[in-house]
Amino acid sequence: MTMTDPSPVISAKGLDLTFQTKDSPVQALRDVNLDIGAGDFVSFIGPSGCGKTTFLRTIAALEQPTGGTITVNGMSPEAARKARAYGYVFQAAGLYPWRTIAGNISLPLEIMGFSKAERAERVEKTLALVDLEGFGGKYPWQLSGGMQQRASIARALAFDADILLMDEPFGALDEIVRDHLNEELLKLWARTGKTIGFVTHSIPEAVYLSTHIVVMSPRPGRITDVIKSPLPRERPLDIRDTPEFLEIAHRVREGLRAGHAYD
Amino acid sequence: MRIVCAKDCARGMLMIRNVFPVLTVVAVIFGIWYLACVPMNIKTALTEAERAGATVSTPGARERRDMSAIGLALANPAQWRDTFALKKPRLPAPHQVAVELWQTTVEKKITSKRSLVFHGWITLSATLLGFAMGTVGGILLAVGIVHSRAMDMSVMPWAIASQTIPVLAIAPMIIVVFNSIGVQGLIPKAIISAYLSFFPVVVGMVKGLRSPSAMQLDQMRTWGASKSQSFWTLRLPSSVPYLFTSLKVGIAASLLGAIVGELPTGAIRGLGARLLTGSYYGQTIQIWSALFATAILAAGLVAVIAGIERVTLKRMGYGK
Ligand SMILES: Nc1ncnc2c1ncn2[C@@H]1O[C@H](COP(=O)(O)OP(=O)(O)OP(=O)(O)O)[C@@H](O)[C@H]1O
Ligand SMILES: [Mg+2]
Repeated sequence: MTMTDPSPVISAKGLDLTFQTKDSPVQALRDVNLDIGAGDFVSFIGPSGCGKTTFLRTIAALEQPTGGTITVNGMSPEAARKARAYGYVFQAAGLYPWRTIAGNISLPLEIMGFSKAERAERVEKTLALVDLEGFGGKYPWQLSGGMQQRASIARALAFDADILLMDEPFGALDEIVRDHLNEELLKLWARTGKTIGFVTHSIPEAVYLSTHIVVMSPRPGRITDVIKSPLPRERPLDIRDTPEFLEIAHRVREGLRAGHAYD
Repeated sequence: MRIVCAKDCARGMLMIRNVFPVLTVVAVIFGIWYLACVPMNIKTALTEAERAGATVSTPGARERRDMSAIGLALANPAQWRDTFALKKPRLPAPHQVAVELWQTTVEKKITSKRSLVFHGWITLSATLLGFAMGTVGGILLAVGIVHSRAMDMSVMPWAIASQTIPVLAIAPMIIVVFNSIGVQGLIPKAIISAYLSFFPVVVGMVKGLRSPSAMQLDQMRTWGASKSQSFWTLRLPSSVPYLFTSLKVGIAASLLGAIVGELPTGAIRGLGARLLTGSYYGQTIQIWSALFATAILAAGLVAVIAGIERVTLKRMGYGK
């Protein structure tokens, strides 16, 4: 399950994570081994409760593993966070209603101690990156759901972390907006060369976006397959009708089905 | 233009639709009030009528003492009018209270001892000082409670316990203790007022400071925010709507506290004092007008806070 890149950005070895709950311990991750190389776009797909969120949160040091090791840029996740190694996009946009869009994007910058001039510059730059020029002065309630989600991506990009972790960022949006944002995300990825970890429930979304698709299965949460995409990096939307695309989608579906048959 | 009209018309319709039920309720309340004046005041009215030489159904105040007031009222319709115009009625009629309110606010000089504005200001100053102390204290306590588990465990039970002690029991103690060290007037009243208003602020602020979701707090963690950064940029702004709800309860409680603080001293100034002297001398009209002045003041204070709330939340971008 090791990917080709010689020096992985994220590397999990024998990762275990068990939640202690009141009635019984829940094994959210068991023996997860995964290397993610620089510039990879890795999607995590699998049935509900298979540990996708937990794995992403472990990378971001929001959860502590109970076994195995995980490194980010060769450091512990905790240290990587201090080095501002990643931006995290949650499922809900979670913008602060009392801040303008620009104010929201500059919030992490304020917390990290960027100067005022630099904040303004970065806010402008990231607003352009997510196609929201001119909306900096608006409040979140004045934006559509899709625009809010773009703003939250901009917020995660503003401090220019090399790794972008996204947990079902487009889950609540309709198909057309989602297609559009997927396209935008690919462009952004091509422009910035970031390493992206992306959780989704949608097979086409995973196949369209990713260089690597990680198929997971629940109880206990584990990786059952890692599919390396043969698709080129440049992907117009209609690539989804090509035989190559459909074939990978088929493989992902098979992988998911196999995971289900397991229990 | 048409859109503007549609909006205005809709607002007008809404006003009319709201005004009618409100007016009806007010009319019914005044009707019941006037009606209640008749049996409540009939005995006094009959005594005065007799003294003036009129003949009434049952002569002699002593004979009438144990009779049914409603029976007497029905037997003497001629004296009904008098029940609305007594000098010391048991229950003053609405217009008597209104006239007294008018005379003691608008027609009296503010410096006069009989001016309700003068007495109202005495009470209001204690209310505002107490409210400020209670609010600041409440916010500080809430911040402590949210940030320290020890304070959460130790302070909250005391705060709750403090509110189970009737203010009528604690007010005289505070007044007496301060009196013994030579402090009178504003300060002890403000402290009683603060005692009543800090609690809603503590409860509301604790809830508000804890209102950010787990996701929002995780977000802060991913940015490596310190506790104080999370406080200033997330917890505090999140708590503002909760704070205002508490302030509206708190200001009304403050006013109550200031008035209660005026009662045990036999104070001669303030709305509480007006209530007290009114009851010493059987001046029911004075008592009722002081009560109404209090209610109007309370409604005004709450309205002021509601106004500040609206403007603040709008400014903060809480939107529609
Ligand atoms: N804080 C927690 N305490 C206890 N159990 C947890 C906790 N977080 C997650 N779990 C459990 O761990 C397992 C994996 O959860 P996780 O949220 O990672 O799943 P997921 O793959 O993201 O699911 P979904 O697709 O529904 O978002 C689930 O069984 C869940 O109940
Ligand atoms: Mg999840």
